[in-house]
Amino acid sequence: MNTKGETSSGGAKDGALDSSSAAKKNSKKPKYSRFTQQELPACKPILTPGWVMTTFIAVGIIFIPIGFASLFASERVVEIVDRYDEDCVPPNYSYNKLAFIQSSATNKTCTKRLTVPKQMKSPIYIYYQLDNFYQNHRRYVKSRSDKQLRSRASEDETSDCKPEAVTKNNSAIVPCGLIAWSLFNDTYGFSVKNKVLEVSKKDIAWKSDQEHKFGSDVYPKNFQSGSLIGGAKLNASIPLSEQEDLIVWMRTAALPTFRKLYGKIETDLEANDEITVVIQNNYNTYSFGGKKRLVLSTTSWIGGKNDFLGVAYLTIGGLCLFMAISFILLYVIKPRPLGDPSYLSWNRGNVTESF
Amino acid sequence: MKRYVCINDDESSHDLYCDNRISNRKYTLLNFLPKNLWEQFSRFMNQYFLLIACLQLWPLITPVNPASTWGPLIFIFAVSATKEAWDDYNRYLSDKKANEKEVWVVRQGIRKLVQAQDVHVGNIVWIRENDEVPCDLVLIGTSDPQGVCYIETAALDGETDLKTRVIPSACVGIDYELLHKIKGVIECPSADKDIRRFDGNVRLFPPFLDNDVCPLTIKNTILQSCYLRNTEWACGVAVYTGNETKLGMSRGIPEPKLTAMDAMIDKLTGAIFVFQIVVVIVLGIAGNVWKDTEARKQWYVEYPKEGPWFELLVIPLRFELLCSIMIPISIKVSLDLVKSLYAKFIDWDNQMIDQESGTPAHATNTAISEDLGQVEYILTDKTGTLTENKMIFRRCCINGVFYGNESGDALKDVELLDAVSSGSPDVIRFLTVMAICNTVIPIRSKSGDILYKAQSQDEDALVRAAARLHMIFVNKNANILEIKFNASTIQYEVLETLEFTSDRKRMSVVVKDCQNGKIFLLTKGADESILPHACAGQQTRAVIEAVEHYAQLGLRTLCLAWRELREDEYREWSLLFKEASSTLVDREWRIADVCQRLEHDLEILGVTAIEDRLQDGVPETIETLRKAGINFWMLTGDKQNTAIQIALSCNFISPEPKGQLLSIDGKTKDEVRTSLERVLLTMRITVSEPKDVAFVVDGWALEIALTYYRKAFTELAILSRTAICCRVTPSQKAQLVELLRSCDYRILAIGDGGNDVRMIQQADIGVGISGREGLQAARAADYSIGKFRFLKRLILVHGRYSYNRTAFLSQYSFYKSLLICFIQIFFSFISGVSGTSLFNSVSLMAYNVFYTSIPVLVSVLDKDLSEETVMQHPQILFYCQAGRLLNPSTFAGWFGRSLFHAIVVFVISIHAYAYEKSEMEEVSMVALSGCIWLQAFVVTLETNSITILQYIAIWGNLVAFYVINWIFSALPSSGMYTIMFRLCRQPSYWTTVFLIVGAGMGPILALKYFRYTYRPSKINILQQAERMGGPILSIGSIEPQARSLEKDVSPLSITQPKNRNPVFEPLLSDSPNTRRSFGSGTPFDFFQSQSRLSLSYTRNCKNN
Repeated sequence: MNTKGETSSGGAKDGALDSSSAAKKNSKKPKYSRFTQQELPACKPILTPGWVMTTFIAVGIIFIPIGFASLFASERVVEIVDRYDEDCVPPNYSYNKLAFIQSSATNKTCTKRLTVPKQMKSPIYIYYQLDNFYQNHRRYVKSRSDKQLRSRASEDETSDCKPEAVTKNNSAIVPCGLIAWSLFNDTYGFSVKNKVLEVSKKDIAWKSDQEHKFGSDVYPKNFQSGSLIGGAKLNASIPLSEQEDLIVWMRTAALPTFRKLYGKIETDLEANDEITVVIQNNYNTYSFGGKKRLVLSTTSWIGGKNDFLGVAYLTIGGLCLFMAISFILLYVIKPRPLGDPSYLSWNRGNVTESF
Repeated sequence: MKRYVCINDDESSHDLYCDNRISNRKYTLLNFLPKNLWEQFSRFMNQYFLLIACLQLWPLITPVNPASTWGPLIFIFAVSATKEAWDDYNRYLSDKKANEKEVWVVRQGIRKLVQAQDVHVGNIVWIRENDEVPCDLVLIGTSDPQGVCYIETAALDGETDLKTRVIPSACVGIDYELLHKIKGVIECPSADKDIRRFDGNVRLFPPFLDNDVCPLTIKNTILQSCYLRNTEWACGVAVYTGNETKLGMSRGIPEPKLTAMDAMIDKLTGAIFVFQIVVVIVLGIAGNVWKDTEARKQWYVEYPKEGPWFELLVIPLRFELLCSIMIPISIKVSLDLVKSLYAKFIDWDNQMIDQESGTPAHATNTAISEDLGQVEYILTDKTGTLTENKMIFRRCCINGVFYGNESGDALKDVELLDAVSSGSPDVIRFLTVMAICNTVIPIRSKSGDILYKAQSQDEDALVRAAARLHMIFVNKNANILEIKFNASTIQYEVLETLEFTSDRKRMSVVVKDCQNGKIFLLTKGADESILPHACAGQQTRAVIEAVEHYAQLGLRTLCLAWRELREDEYREWSLLFKEASSTLVDREWRIADVCQRLEHDLEILGVTAIEDRLQDGVPETIETLRKAGINFWMLTGDKQNTAIQIALSCNFISPEPKGQLLSIDGKTKDEVRTSLERVLLTMRITVSEPKDVAFVVDGWALEIALTYYRKAFTELAILSRTAICCRVTPSQKAQLVELLRSCDYRILAIGDGGNDVRMIQQADIGVGISGREGLQAARAADYSIGKFRFLKRLILVHGRYSYNRTAFLSQYSFYKSLLICFIQIFFSFISGVSGTSLFNSVSLMAYNVFYTSIPVLVSVLDKDLSEETVMQHPQILFYCQAGRLLNPSTFAGWFGRSLFHAIVVFVISIHAYAYEKSEMEEVSMVALSGCIWLQAFVVTLETNSITILQYIAIWGNLVAFYVINWIFSALPSSGMYTIMFRLCRQPSYWTTVFLIVGAGMGPILALKYFRYTYRPSKINILQQAERMGGPILSIGSIEPQARSLEKDVSPLSITQPKNRNPVFEPLLSDSPNTRRSFGSGTPFDFFQSQSRLSLSYTRNCKNN
């Protein structure tokens, strides 16, 4: 179609070119190549029973050990999980937890005792776990300014941070945005047998974040100075790159239930040790019914305690073996020759008759 | 509207008409951008994407960076704009070349060399031998004293013979010198595109001639783009210039054809669009409800108490943006890309090169290859398409004596040679008519041989035959013809030529014998147009017998006749003829009327019979395509008997016991009706029988049937798998195409001549044979091939592969877009239905345009079955015809697969990356990696033949995914800084990805295997057979042998009908209801006749 429009121009061409292009075509006959003739050598796999069964058995045989390995690793992780949001509210406030948490007069300190079920080798990671907390909410997740965090020069780049961008007199909040504003502010103190357990708060954030995402020349400014106080306050004399709690918190979680690293305990804990935890219960999860948990956990090659991968691998591996076996059975019970022309409908009618 | 052209008037007509600047350009430098954008945005899809992209500029609602839509959108626009610009630039260059060509034009009485674009209407233009004509001219002088010149019109109509053009009578005898000064007025119609017609008048001003009006016809013009040949010079007055020339007007952009597949893809896109709207509404409502109930309590989100007025719209719009990727932005570009590759494969195909002429096949229309695989009806021309159009004079009957009956070649018949040498007057007259009643131009080549340039192959054959019989047409000098008979030279003066038209079906010349001054009318034509005009009392029975006899042999017949005219009779008539030929309105009809007055009382001399041999491979091609379930109709201008004979010889219809030929005839309405009803009744009864029933209809009855009994004829058309329409005109051919198309069939029309052009353009797919009747058909067609037999390969190989590949590509495009979109939707349920995007902008952009489009693009190399298998089992084409590989139910399969995979990816990634690992960027990359890995395995599993290119594309793409993400992870400014390095070091990342692959592909593989083994489609069976070298291949190889066995088992066919139980219809029973109810019977008849074959095969096996 195109050529019609193109070649008829001015008549200069159609005729002249057509006769000459016929000649040209002669000389320029499409060169034979395997690509142009669509004859590239190809591997044409078909789903023969042998192949399929082998695949399923192989997958089963590979998956089941991986499943066991993951499950085993996960089982070896020792984990203490303690929910404290309910327990840390004094009984007289139990029907009005919101008032308790919002009041500045109440005593938020709360003590809990945890028993170590098995020996825990150091490092022992301390996490706090929040439930039903939507760090991935669109309004929340976008409310930050990476440029501001990175360098002092872009302090005023707060356009994304609404509604926690600037103070009333229009000076920029550093760090701005809802994420920083709602920084988690419960604190924990640990002791075993009346001996204080040292909690290391160093190196809990990603190195890369400290080096490249949070500037060493950016200091908190105007932070939590509004009428509405969100979460923790920051020490204005420490640069953001050293504020590891903030850096951890700013790595938003994709799920409404998440754990964030609080610190590390560098000593081993023995089985049946009793840990006393002194909790400053400051963070408000009561208004939206969120739960707070304290988690102490060791780690393994697969990460923390999570049986999902192991179970899933075992299930899939098992199903593959089951599939392979049932296909083999089906194959034995009801053999079906491949590529039998009698299954072609245009061959079928009479063939069935002649059987 | 009329146009008055003042000859050689430098001022008057300048402003009235455009100059001779040719412009085929669509754009100028200035308007390119706005015009091109406007064109692109007139497509609905583009408007939609633009809307989405604009919405993304609103930061409040955009889930991702606007670049994720703007990037691909701009890329896609840039690609098509570049293509347009390139095409336009090439057009500009060729225009420029034509416009700047220098021509001789008279200016202020002096001949000057000016650029072609400066020629104006009314200018006198001089052309020399072998020059190209710059605009449409009316001849006023040539180097020839008689005022004749020869032109080649190949560029105009593709005919390569030379045509004569003469100066109008008013200009005869004007001196060479005086031509510069000539003045006058030409009256002609406004520019039109009819290259066969020019009805004008010229009046020259004194002192040149008396004030007489002289008629002008197309014979007096030379049109733009023709070449002047064998004439030293010619000069003429420009009447149409620039884009208003006949050629310029006939240009024009044909309406783009839309394939059935495109229509289906559009329909599916529409369905997805509706689905998307539903999702958006549901999620929008859910989001608003969640916001009002839950989010108000989430203090850290700080929802304001009072929102702006559009607050309710914000969340739905966010979801609209999030879901906009459901419709893959890249699908049109990928489809355009692969379609042009399909076309290239056709162009490149070595097996479709005509070895004789060296012409390869060519796809002019690159957009409709898939339709080739879905053809249901083939409407074919006969002459030149099924036959070679190489006319050879075989027999003749002169005055009741048959010559050439024994030997089959009249030229070798001793009796005829004797008659010639003895000078029998009948035979000599017969030979004279053969030699001079035509428009052939003899040209003496340098070596002294005489070459004939003929417009029609029949004329060529007759003149050559006459020459072999010693009646040699030696020279044509203006109106004087020279004939050499034995040793003597006879001269005739041609007084008038009564041209051939398809309505008159005859042509005549009036000649004067220069020796004795006698005037004769010589006529040749079809028997039914000659016999009624024969003089009373003549025995025409012998002639009729001869015609019948020859037609039964499949020969083309022509009747030759003559009459001596009286001087006064001729004079009287010639005045009438002159008058008729100078009328401006209805000239053709009036000329026909006048001609009729002369062509009566003819004395019939005899009948010639010309053989037109079948092309190689025609019967096999028709048989194979028949088996593929394609119905054939033959539309020919030839006579009924000839058509039937040809049809029999090329397997088109079967002879009596097996086939039945019903005829619809009649001269009046009633006769046609009864005949039509009778045929219809027979047809209805026999449709269930394994009998090849065909009907034959002639042009006259067809006209009546189409006008008055359209409904009945349509039903007949649907019932009948084969039909022969003879004596049909080009417009009737087009009407038949239209009729079948209105029944929703896919029509392929194939032809070779100018009379097939309308049919070719009308059909869904037009195929032209670049044959002897010029290139007209080939140029108007979507595909041009050298020989009819290539049609088999074009449909079964190229059409079928194209269909299969596009089916996979389009559905896969939707699958991958839906997959990522479903994940986003699932994620919204755990992010407070707030419209957060799980994936970052870079990933989203690259996903659609890069990660997923490259592996699937190489699926254009996929071949499900080898070409040989398809050729041996053409029935497999049924899958394409019925649209089995792309329809709502297959699409539902892909939809389900994307839903399943989205669930697998989502559930596994959020559970494996839970608690302390639930960092958003990491989860997003895990999910994305899962998707990419699944894609690679899905493409591999769905590919039937994996070549090295596919390996590279599929696995290279996976590697590229990691490389690209590592690069992004190395940039501190990007959101995913260090993420990918971090992930790749985690064992849990790899275990998660493999788990996703295992869980995602396991069930798919199992299901596919189960279906493949226990519910195989016919394609699967053939695949299995082909790869395992099963007995199926031998069936194909014994096929020709089996055909001969058919007769032995024919009694079995009686038992056939009882086989028509559901078991017999597997092809149809599991087919989605795409076959129309009427057509449903047709495919089996085929399989039934086939089953006989296989029975004979199994018998053979048993005997062995």
